[in-house]
Amino acid sequence: MAELKLVNVEKAYGEVKVLKDINLEIQTGELIVFVGPSGCGKSTLLRMIAGLERITGGDFSIDGVRMNDVPPAQRGIAMVFQSYALYPHMTVRDNMAFALKIAKKSAQEIAAAVDKAAKILQLTPYLDRLPKALSGGQRQRVAIGRAIVRDPKVYLFDEPLSNLDAALRVATRIEIAQLKEQMPNSTMIYVTHDQVEAMTLASRIVVLAGGGISQVGTPLELYERPENEFVAQFIGSPAMNLMPGEVVETGATTVVRLANGGMARSAVPTVAGDKGLKVNIGIRPEDLVTATGEAAFTGEVEITEALGEVTLLYFKRQGEAAQVVAKLPGIHAGLRHKTVSLSAEPAKVHLFAEGKSLLYR
Amino acid sequence: MEQFFGAATTIVIGVGGCLLYFFLTNMLLDRIFPASGPNISRNINRANAVRPWLFLFPALILLTLYLVYPLFWSIYLSVMDANGRAFVGMSNYAWMVNDPKFLESMRNNILWLIVVPALSTFFGLLAAALTDRIRWGNFAKAMIFMPMAISFVGASVIWKFVYDFRPEGQNQIGLLNAIVEAFGGAPETWLTHEIVNSFLLMVVLIWIQTGFAMVILSAALRGIPEETVEAAILDGASPLQVFFRIKVPQIWGTILVVWTTITITVLKVFDIVLTMTNGQWGTQVLGNYMYDWLVRGQDSGRASAIAIVIMLLVTPIMIWNIRNARKEMR
Repeated sequence: MAELKLVNVEKAYGEVKVLKDINLEIQTGELIVFVGPSGCGKSTLLRMIAGLERITGGDFSIDGVRMNDVPPAQRGIAMVFQSYALYPHMTVRDNMAFALKIAKKSAQEIAAAVDKAAKILQLTPYLDRLPKALSGGQRQRVAIGRAIVRDPKVYLFDEPLSNLDAALRVATRIEIAQLKEQMPNSTMIYVTHDQVEAMTLASRIVVLAGGGISQVGTPLELYERPENEFVAQFIGSPAMNLMPGEVVETGATTVVRLANGGMARSAVPTVAGDKGLKVNIGIRPEDLVTATGEAAFTGEVEITEALGEVTLLYFKRQGEAAQVVAKLPGIHAGLRHKTVSLSAEPAKVHLFAEGKSLLYR
Repeated sequence: MEQFFGAATTIVIGVGGCLLYFFLTNMLLDRIFPASGPNISRNINRANAVRPWLFLFPALILLTLYLVYPLFWSIYLSVMDANGRAFVGMSNYAWMVNDPKFLESMRNNILWLIVVPALSTFFGLLAAALTDRIRWGNFAKAMIFMPMAISFVGASVIWKFVYDFRPEGQNQIGLLNAIVEAFGGAPETWLTHEIVNSFLLMVVLIWIQTGFAMVILSAALRGIPEETVEAAILDGASPLQVFFRIKVPQIWGTILVVWTTITITVLKVFDIVLTMTNGQWGTQVLGNYMYDWLVRGQDSGRASAIAIVIMLLVTPIMIWNIRNARKEMR
């Protein structure tokens, strides 16, 4: 039962504003993921919500109560750290019980809460061990257990899987998803730089870049309808291909003549005044198909990466333009050093002018 | 000036000699087991097996000469008479058990042992925790650490002035009596008051050792992962609770090492007592008592017996200290 609201929130260190104009509403029961390149301020924003960093401007409220100056422990939040941050001198049981002991809860109450959390996280056999006797995955579960025990309104996760190896990361990611299922009313905010985590866990993703919010939306909204070139290239791997060109035909279907000589049709509508507009078209590597007629791009394949289910084609760079990458289903290892023509369905062709998508005008 | 040149020459010869020794022996070793030719791998293995001993050799010799040999010589002297000529069995030890001054020294040493390490560690921890949180913390740290650079004798002289006594009516040059007078009290000859004077002497050592404790504990405090502190803050712990329930337990090993290190220093305390009271007025300690019997009493037997007692007291603490320090390193 927690609704978070950030209005014009900003963070400044002296003169330097690292975050500004953060406006965000988070509904009860959502799992919001903050993603962005390193240094975009996503962890800082999370720590401001936690109360570990001071909010230097704007208002932050939980359930309508202004939280800017409320001490961290009284905000009704719990945080899971990247480094687990377990108390090394306490057993698993004491780690989980610490917050309740500080809050002077009765011994019975504490035992019940700890046992319940341990059961959920399958930690019961390890309750009397010290953190150093646990594996990385178990430690992270204890850190999550420490949060659950407090029964907070909001869970904050700061890159919780970054210190785990690849296999464990997938397993723990699924555990977190299941945990969220079991607690439909708890609100979670999750910081990561891993877009697979973001896409799989989030009910909505907040993309942060350059000290502000670039776009907020469900994972598929961000994938299918990115608001700007940054989000378009940040979500999806390999990144979306951007190719410069000029609008030559407007209407329900826009036709663009590309600087590389190709032609592309986009389902993004344009008005008559857009004729001659300099645009970038964006096509995801997986949306490129070998062209039968009109081609958007023709080039020589420099490197192929055959992954079995798909083959990645890296084309030779043409002049100053960025390298074009295509992802074709199946095995096409024989295409190396061949010249290939590619096109895409109009519905899959994005249009950007001055960095912004023409969809959102 | 002559002394200066003498000292400089000694340093140059000493350091140069060491370097020359290491360089030449190392070269010789590589000549005997060359890292080339048909037996190259065997030669390298052998050279590597010998090399540590080669480098340890001077240190081992010096330790034997200045520690092991005197130890056995002291044991020998402790069962001999005052001049070290006739065998007297355990009579030096028997004398000790009934000697009131020795018992006083033991009692005082136990007092020192309880008070000084505890207070030095406590103040050191306090200083470490507080100086980390203020802007002029580094300056404060430098000030607190400064006494470490002063010799025990120097520190004692300073504090003798602090406790200095001038009869009533005269200007007090001692800080303590000046304060007492400022509050309307009468000046005291502090160092002659039994029990109180022992504590006044302890203050000197606490003053010196607090800096040591602070530096070590400050480094340990900085080694604590910041996240555990933040997690505790989120868990609702107050600053005091964070300190005592999260920070202190995490540096407990270091606290013990500091504590025992100071304990060993305390057991050897000598200069402070010699300089300030020379063991009068009930302030005698084992170190000074040993010196007293050796120099004033001209009795190497009794002095050696006291030395052996000090050694027996220090050894278990030292073993424990080294074990703790090793555990910390792991």
